[in-house]
Amino acid sequence: MADTASTALPEETIAKPASSAPLSPLKIGVRRFRRHRMAMFGLVLLILLMLYISFGSFASQGYCTPIKQNLSGEAWANCNDTHLKLKPPSSAHIFGTDVIGRDIFARTIYGGQISLLIGISAALVEVILGALIGSLAAYYGGWVDSALMRFTEAMLNIPSLFLLIIGAHFFSGGLPTFHIFGRELTGSVILIILIIGATSWMYLARIVRANVLSLRERDYVSASRALGASDSRIIFLHLLPNTIAPLIVSATLGVANAILSEAYVSFLGLGVQGATATWGNMLDGAYQYLDSAPWLWFFPGTLILLTVLGINFVGDGLRDALDPYSTKHL
Amino acid sequence: MTTYILRRLTQSIPQLFIISVILFTLMQAFGDPIATLGARTPPRPEDKERLRRQLGLDQPAYMQYFTWLIGNDWQKIDMDGDGVPETSGKRKGILRGDWGNSLVTRRPVLEMISQRLPNTLILMVTAELIIIILSLVIGLYSALRPYSLFDNIVTGLSFVGYSMPVFWLALMLMYIFAVNFRKWGLPYLPTVGMFDPAVGKTPGQLIQHMILPVTTLAIISIAGYSRFVRSSVLEVLSQDYVRTARAKGVRTIYVVLRHALPNAALPFITLIGLDIPFLMAGAVVTERIFAWPGMGRLFIDHTARADFPVLMGILMLISIAVVIFQIITDVVYSFVDPRIRLE
Repeated sequence: MADTASTALPEETIAKPASSAPLSPLKIGVRRFRRHRMAMFGLVLLILLMLYISFGSFASQGYCTPIKQNLSGEAWANCNDTHLKLKPPSSAHIFGTDVIGRDIFARTIYGGQISLLIGISAALVEVILGALIGSLAAYYGGWVDSALMRFTEAMLNIPSLFLLIIGAHFFSGGLPTFHIFGRELTGSVILIILIIGATSWMYLARIVRANVLSLRERDYVSASRALGASDSRIIFLHLLPNTIAPLIVSATLGVANAILSEAYVSFLGLGVQGATATWGNMLDGAYQYLDSAPWLWFFPGTLILLTVLGINFVGDGLRDALDPYSTKHL
Repeated sequence: MTTYILRRLTQSIPQLFIISVILFTLMQAFGDPIATLGARTPPRPEDKERLRRQLGLDQPAYMQYFTWLIGNDWQKIDMDGDGVPETSGKRKGILRGDWGNSLVTRRPVLEMISQRLPNTLILMVTAELIIIILSLVIGLYSALRPYSLFDNIVTGLSFVGYSMPVFWLALMLMYIFAVNFRKWGLPYLPTVGMFDPAVGKTPGQLIQHMILPVTTLAIISIAGYSRFVRSSVLEVLSQDYVRTARAKGVRTIYVVLRHALPNAALPFITLIGLDIPFLMAGAVVTERIFAWPGMGRLFIDHTARADFPVLMGILMLISIAVVIFQIITDVVYSFVDPRIRLE
């Protein structure tokens, strides 16, 4: 790291003479992020994937033989023509068809939407839990801190994949179906979101706790307490906003981890059930067709890889950009 | 040192208690294991009732937990359902070394786990050794030539490796080295199991069957670890004592091996020590894909049947491993770094 600073800084200071106005933290962050080549690459990759799963739905349509209708959208993704099962990629089905003859191209588009929904929502659950538990433990200290941290440690000691498997298993079955944004979602989508969120907040809680522990001794916290601010006001308005950097980075990387977790659980056959496609459950059982139908697992698997890769690049860039002590890429 | 280890062990006891309570609570939500009981003829309700009593599943959850924990051999249990306790309990509880019996096979949990554990360990230990050596070599080499072509390629690749779903990598490796190599008439690797039944249990067979799963596990971990080694070596190389050594004219290889590596190894030891038990857990997916008869597969198979004594056993074993490795890591740390004294 040291040698970038020494080689890269001089020429940048020559190219950009000291600007008159001091830069706001946000501007510094944005500038650093834009100079981060891998982060920009990740961002472009993610934008392309977004375009794929949003505009791809216009390209997903076809004639569904069993019900003798032209279908488009998600209905086409769920149209199963058993006469066409396990067909290799062709002009009609560019990614081939799955075990019951559904178009894999259409399913990767709609599955991608659900996978991303799961990833983002699970990361939100993770951030909310982690921020709450971490800040409560640090702010109140004493027995609240000990109890919450013992619980956090215990949860950390249990490998989260096992927790995920158990969670996914015993809640399965008998779940209501939801309608969100005109999409039909089986209850297991919501369930997977909650389970992934509930098994991944521990590291974040520890980071937030460490930050809040040092922040709560600051003068501005004493000042607002002296002014009669309530505990919740201090926590949510003063302490948590000041620990926003790790929250943003964790949330970003959390999306990637949640997409991977969903894929693992689904791969083990315990993920989202029913007709709703996700990149993960498209892989369920696909390994039985390792040699006979590699397109079954290749396309959804590669899309997961690209998405997670893009998010990790962006997360890494954000980590560097939001680090207040870094002088890199200023 | 001994007092330190003893104190850490004592401290870990309440932690393991909390873990066991969390896990047992989760297990309760599994529902009724008897309900999923399958047979050629569906069992009669009264048979199910009797079975529940025999397995102690009619007891409230907290009683089941205490039976699991400390046993019930001093109690009389009502086995025939007439309201009169007459049979004495047989369970000794996990604290006295009785891990319970599987609800599915009725065999002792400890026996079932110890049958599978060596299979998991042979995979994990091999993978871990390869991971440690390769990530040290790759990380060190990248750190000595930062931002060179090699370093940039490794950085890119490690991000890909880090982002790769395990199963995708496993399937790709299988597809290339087993399916396509066979198609092309090249020597191909076996994909499933530990031995080819036609050849028998020979060491050669074992090694052949291990190549793909070990490679899968190694690639995923090396990606992250080599980055870690690189950044800690880079940090050490910018320290004053390294500059002093260089200024004295010490040869680069000596500076790296004698000064940089031991200091950079400290955080790496922590990382490895804390990750090893989780690697064991991470093998669940790998074991499933390669049909490796290890503990991970035992877990998956018995999750489907709500066999909670087995699941509790596996999870507690891993939790104990995590706690013990945390202590080992701290102790090793104090040996490597004389600045650290364990009180």
